[in-house]
Amino acid sequence: MMLAPAQNLSQRQRRRALALVAPALLMIGVFMLVPMGIAMVYSFLTPDSFGGVAPPVTVESYIRFFFDRDLDDTLRFDPTYLQIFWRSIFQAVLTTLACIVIAVPFAWYMATRGETTRKILVLLVSIPFWTNMLVRTYCWVLLLRDEGLINMGLQAVGITQQPITFLYSDAAILIGLIYASLPFMILPVYGTLEKVDFRVVEAAFDLYASRISILRKVIFPLAMPGIAAGTLLVFIPTLGAFLQPDILGGGKKLMIGSLIQQQFTSSRDWAFGSALAVILMAAVLASLIWAALKRERMEQLG
Amino acid sequence: MIRKGFSLKSVPESAFVTLLAMIFLYLPLIVLVVYAFNQNRVSTIWTGFSTIWFERVFADDNLRRAAWNSLIVALVATPVSTLLAIPAAMGFERELRFRGKAAGEALVALPLVAPEIVTAIATLIFFRLIGLQAGLLNVIIAHIVFCIPFALLPIRAQLRVIPRDIEDAAFDLYGTRWGIFRKITLPLLMPAIAAGASLAFVVSLDDFLITFMVAPAGATTLPVYLYGMLRVGVTPEANAAATLLLVVSIAVVALSMALTSRRT
Repeated sequence: MMLAPAQNLSQRQRRRALALVAPALLMIGVFMLVPMGIAMVYSFLTPDSFGGVAPPVTVESYIRFFFDRDLDDTLRFDPTYLQIFWRSIFQAVLTTLACIVIAVPFAWYMATRGETTRKILVLLVSIPFWTNMLVRTYCWVLLLRDEGLINMGLQAVGITQQPITFLYSDAAILIGLIYASLPFMILPVYGTLEKVDFRVVEAAFDLYASRISILRKVIFPLAMPGIAAGTLLVFIPTLGAFLQPDILGGGKKLMIGSLIQQQFTSSRDWAFGSALAVILMAAVLASLIWAALKRERMEQLG
Repeated sequence: MIRKGFSLKSVPESAFVTLLAMIFLYLPLIVLVVYAFNQNRVSTIWTGFSTIWFERVFADDNLRRAAWNSLIVALVATPVSTLLAIPAAMGFERELRFRGKAAGEALVALPLVAPEIVTAIATLIFFRLIGLQAGLLNVIIAHIVFCIPFALLPIRAQLRVIPRDIEDAAFDLYGTRWGIFRKITLPLLMPAIAAGASLAFVVSLDDFLITFMVAPAGATTLPVYLYGMLRVGVTPEANAAATLLLVVSIAVVALSMALTSRRT
């Protein structure tokens, strides 16, 4: 049997590899990447009266993000949309921080259990992860509304006479966001801590490290790769969240996700909606690149 | 001074945080289920066990149609996305080092990385532009796209675990590529494929936002219908419908986990 020349072989291998991955990539390419490109084009067009877009190429949608046009066509700085964008970033940062604070001790507890307990805990954390987000968000309405469980509890104990309004506030949205994201932080942090050699911690204790410095100087750095992975998994979906501001914020406290959704439904301004989506996607890509650069620097430092 | 013994197992703070977090994760779900079985219409106080709200939900024609739509979409999107994911996993894990691999990896991860609202509006624009008005088919196409990476994850993970030596040995014994795949790799991959398919199924069944934005009239799925119910306000019927959705996804996830754990 003759052996094929090495180059032919590698060329054939490359073709085979392409044939294997092509169908899946084509599907995502045609029905997701191309549509995103078209949305980007739409963001530079003018909205027409039928809820579509029309030719004149313009950056008007991007100008609208920062400015309001007066009757005499002068631009006036208008922070309305910037505030919504800022609120999204602020909520995403708070959600990420809260998830880290809860996930590190939680994952530490999980990692120090026996085999069976660990398996059960992983299962218990995974179940909410896979259950319907709409249902999970709605559950908090049952707890937080004026006639909800928390208000009934507070009144039964006698802390308040009148129900406290929790719903339709930034705090209610934040609770919903943390609730939705927590498993996304716990699981990767646990994945890292699970592999840790716990004798390191015992050594720190033997060397008279205080409990708080063990947490800060030993456990936290060890959990860092998991925290970094979890941060991306929490931060990005939170930044574009729609359901939590919609259901728990009652559409009063808009976030960028709900603002985009509004442009494609009630406001019927597809050009502005597309521009907002481009801005959101740019923020997502920026955080991904930042994370990649940071990881590279960390690896260089060792 | 001698320091008291240190045990990793007894860090009371971490146990306390874990307990609180577990209550935080499960209390809302438990409250929902309890309310769904509450006899009382106002559903604020418990007045007795009843399945009347579930009966009402099952009697709702629109809801039944929506549930049926959800099932059709998931039953089509799951096998299609899994069948696309299997060769892609083989390509990524077995035919290493082809040009554009990094770009391919990035593209396949796109549905996981892009915020759902961006995917939703881009798909909506695209369908409107090409004039695709095919009812459920619109929803099915959108679902296949975001199901692919979920079906792919467990299959790729399993391929990394199966030693290549087995396949190489079979190749040395003059097995054909297809024969090796069918007789050796595929059987070893079966639990992972089942796990991937059930993940795709859950993700499809649970999706709200993308379906909400792209579904033409008449192609309403269960989560979208439930959203409409919730808009009206807190009703025991909505609680019952939400509970049903909760039970279905937990059942499918449990099935998927059982399939994966049998492997190891």
